[in-house]
Amino acid sequence: MREAILKVFRGTPVEAGKFITYKVPVEEGMVVLDAIHYIQGYLDPELSVRWNCKAAKCGSCSAEVNGDPSLMCKTRMDQFAEGEEITIEPIKTFPLIKDLVTDVSFNYEVNKQIPPFCPADDATWIFKQEDIDRVQEFRKCIECFLCQDVCHVLRDHERKDAFWGPRFFVRSAGVEMHPLDCGNRIPLLEEQGGLGFCNITKCCTEVCPEEIHITDNAIIALKERVVDEYHDPLAALLRRVFKGK
Amino acid sequence: MANYEIHEYDVLVVGAGGAGLRAAIEASAQGVSVALVCKSLLGKAHTVMAEGGIAAALSNVDQQDNWETHFCDTISGGKHLNNWRMAQLHAQESPERVRELERWGAVFDRTSDGQILQRAFGGHKWKRLCHVGDRTGLEMIRTLQDRGVHQGISVYMECTITRLLKDGEKIAGAFGYFRQDGRYVVFKAKAVVLATGGAGRSYPVTSNSWEYTGDGHALAYEAGADLIDMEFVQFHPTGMVWPPGVRGLLVTEGVRGEGGLLRNNAGERFMFRYLPESTRKDYAENEEESKRWVDAVLKGAKTEARRPPELSTRDNVARAIYLEVKEGKGTPHGGVFLDISYLNSERVKKKLPSMYQQFKDLADVDITKQPMEVGPTMHYMMGGVRVDADTAATRVPGLFAAGEVSGGMHGANRLGGNSLSDLIVFGRRAGAGAAEYAAGQEDRLQVSEDQINAAAEELEAPLTKKGGSSPYELQRSLQEIMGEHVGIFREDAVLAAGIAKLEEIKEELKTVSISGSKLYNPGWHLCRDLKNMIICSEAIARSALARTESRGAHSRLDYPDTDPEQAKFNIAISRLDGVMKLEKTPRPEMPADLKKLFEKKEQTNA
Amino acid sequence: MNQTTTSPVPAKLGATSRSNAWLIEPAVIFCGFALFVCYVTWRALYDWQYIEWGPYLSPFFSPKLIFPGWQWSPAILLLWEPAAFRATCYYFRKAYYRALFLDPPACAVGHLGGHKYTGENRFPLILQNVHRYFLYLALTVLALLWVDAFVACSYRGHIRIGVGTVVLTVNCLLLSFYTCGCHALRHLVGGRLKCFSCSTAAHGQFKIWQCVTRLNERHALWAWTSLGTVAFADFYVRMLAAGVWTDISLLQL
Repeated sequence: MREAILKVFRGTPVEAGKFITYKVPVEEGMVVLDAIHYIQGYLDPELSVRWNCKAAKCGSCSAEVNGDPSLMCKTRMDQFAEGEEITIEPIKTFPLIKDLVTDVSFNYEVNKQIPPFCPADDATWIFKQEDIDRVQEFRKCIECFLCQDVCHVLRDHERKDAFWGPRFFVRSAGVEMHPLDCGNRIPLLEEQGGLGFCNITKCCTEVCPEEIHITDNAIIALKERVVDEYHDPLAALLRRVFKGK
Repeated sequence: MANYEIHEYDVLVVGAGGAGLRAAIEASAQGVSVALVCKSLLGKAHTVMAEGGIAAALSNVDQQDNWETHFCDTISGGKHLNNWRMAQLHAQESPERVRELERWGAVFDRTSDGQILQRAFGGHKWKRLCHVGDRTGLEMIRTLQDRGVHQGISVYMECTITRLLKDGEKIAGAFGYFRQDGRYVVFKAKAVVLATGGAGRSYPVTSNSWEYTGDGHALAYEAGADLIDMEFVQFHPTGMVWPPGVRGLLVTEGVRGEGGLLRNNAGERFMFRYLPESTRKDYAENEEESKRWVDAVLKGAKTEARRPPELSTRDNVARAIYLEVKEGKGTPHGGVFLDISYLNSERVKKKLPSMYQQFKDLADVDITKQPMEVGPTMHYMMGGVRVDADTAATRVPGLFAAGEVSGGMHGANRLGGNSLSDLIVFGRRAGAGAAEYAAGQEDRLQVSEDQINAAAEELEAPLTKKGGSSPYELQRSLQEIMGEHVGIFREDAVLAAGIAKLEEIKEELKTVSISGSKLYNPGWHLCRDLKNMIICSEAIARSALARTESRGAHSRLDYPDTDPEQAKFNIAISRLDGVMKLEKTPRPEMPADLKKLFEKKEQTNA
Repeated sequence: MNQTTTSPVPAKLGATSRSNAWLIEPAVIFCGFALFVCYVTWRALYDWQYIEWGPYLSPFFSPKLIFPGWQWSPAILLLWEPAAFRATCYYFRKAYYRALFLDPPACAVGHLGGHKYTGENRFPLILQNVHRYFLYLALTVLALLWVDAFVACSYRGHIRIGVGTVVLTVNCLLLSFYTCGCHALRHLVGGRLKCFSCSTAAHGQFKIWQCVTRLNERHALWAWTSLGTVAFADFYVRMLAAGVWTDISLLQL
């Protein structure tokens, strides 16, 4: 049976991290998470990892496999060459807890700041599929936080103090574009969410396991709404004229 | 003396899937303080794996539908073993609960006139499942999660509850640990709602995640509640069978709801042969009629044609697939073919996007071009904690249960789509019940240090031992026993042998040891989870041995027929002097007005 | 718990665990930019005597502006507009933030910067937000280029389709795909609405939005191909004007 060589990051916040190499037998159709489970079950029961559904539906097993932010349950072992060392590290943007597990509580804090969906009191609840195709794309998000991990504003510039990250622009877009929503989250997105920090380098879209067009459909759409309210004198003038009526 | 932190709330909800979240939202809305505890991160609960839809008689697509028909379908599907009151409340309230989700921001697929779209599912007479493509559970959990967050519920993530604390007979809180660093925590609470889901991890082939270790079943059992219908374990007919790493992974019933066909290796639509006489007339007679039904679904048109036999109830389809494979008519990897590739590929991708992705990414199968290979996978526990239908209260004062961990709602077999609606209907009722109960309790309850110390000692034990069995090894043995002895088909001697083996495992659990610290140590976590799994497994095996008939998901080779006499009782399990006690408890009689609904159904069918 | 991070990869330029060839994409894009900028600079500033041949006008020099006393290249008066349109384009922003500013050079690859980063919040990058105004100008320029392509269909009073006509038309087509797939346009024609089915007018906007969306999905493709065709169209006209190439007539009436 073919064997794979896995270099897995092990460490805690207090002791320096190191890579430990494991040899794992490879079965047909195996994914990286299976290999990690093999290590847990047979080689090292202490290896920490988060996982739940093993079907790319819950977004728990995010890690960096050979440096690529990915879901371990979706990363096939047969894409690696025979004898290739496979490096597995925790996602880098969030503080380490242990081994492959990180503290992602930042994301839950940000989520609380987004004003909820607010329908009009007299809404009829009749709307068409064409109205919600956009929103449904955003609601596919499984909160794996890979976009948060790869976004350089959080990852390298460490602007967690002023920037919500792609996941929460997607989430905001999901409520903002709901056909029955009557809220306006644009000022909040601009002033607290830090939408202007995004320089649309699209890494979030590249890593999204749900293939959500984060940048094109959510972030840029929101940025254009910000332009409407903040940077477009013509739009401001038109608003004033129509309000005057 | 154990070190621990203390938190005080009126209501503690254990489990943050659909039922737990809905219960927490309801309790909080009633004005009591609520804590929500979950083993994983918030929003990762098993509910996200629910794909096909929520059953609710909105009659948006099939106008003939109503709650009475939904009620009858549920009872028939459950082989008349359901708690009639639960089935009634479920059928009556699910439409309102679905509308409520929509008001909270859930975005369901639409009909052409802008209403919530509904699709067909096994055992449902009409198109009844409100859905969002094939990720309905995710939509539901996200909606509830966001609702809960803005309602001020305190959420404790990655926290495992290992013991319910009592003050005399009453529930007084719960003890647990944080997975992250192993620190202990005591929640003082007047009422506890269990919403912990099922116990699929005791089986080798399952669609369930690691969290499904029967925690709530075991907590309730140890606290003095009784478990009913534990013999009824649902094997979902369509799990992936290949490649090995994804064996058991769920393939939504939505595939069949959209027109997916089951075939054996000879290309035969074998399901025509497996329809039970009692329901045969609800299904298409031949391929031509079945095709007319599918064509009507595609056009969104009405039809006189009856649904394809693939949409029979899950117990029946699972057995059929099992037998086909056993008779050598299976696929190369030991499943049967499920084919949707004859439909327009754009439609398949639109209606079943995550199935398309799942097979493409994990099995190199393009479901728009090739058939899938599927086989049964352990999916759901019909049995669980016995509760009062209206308030979800168990027989332990202050203890409530909702969702998969509760028993009675689904009888001997659950219909697809009825679990998501179960979660929100009874999640809400449990939240309301717990809040009302908590508000009626005047003083803070007292928890003795002994209980806490005992719970802490139990957790410490595997860390202090050396050279015992590995918890992973033990879990593999347990899974093997359950797969071999308590699978789809059961038999007296095989079950008895299984129970004997479970007794051995129970002994072995006492010696289990693990190295390392308490810092996010999954091996250590598993040691405690194993105890719950073993309790559930034993309850399943003992109940299965006691029910000497075949009914719904419980198929006995030595008693192949359904025995009407055995519809009169539930098998209840409780703890007496530390030992599992079995009791046959009479089922509540269905009132005459509900019984009449079945007579009416017979007449329309005749 | 102590919250210090022992991050496995230190953040410095180019630091990454990625083992695949992440450098290729920014390198290719850098070369593409370099090539184009060199060519345009040479043509606009040093080689601007060749701007037209027969009915063909180079897109770099359209519309033909002649002012008495202006003795520099007319391209100076014209090229700032497409340059600004493309510089503020959402696709090109991604391309040059990565390939030129190395912020970041590629996904999950370390770069310089640090906490002082301000993104597009401060001058000058806050000006990216006026993209839609350059879009309005770009649509005008595009209309003029279509006029040029139309003019290129006749020569000395006769209808004549030459290779040059095809070149100019293909260029206009790709420029249209690029310009009409603009993210700002997508927002303005319908994306800004919350509800598409709530009125007849909104539904009409939805239909336009769908068309723009379809083009927008390939925005990067149109961005580069149109950059290529516009350079080639100019080069073709230049070679005719310089008498190096002769235009082949495909149809003459």
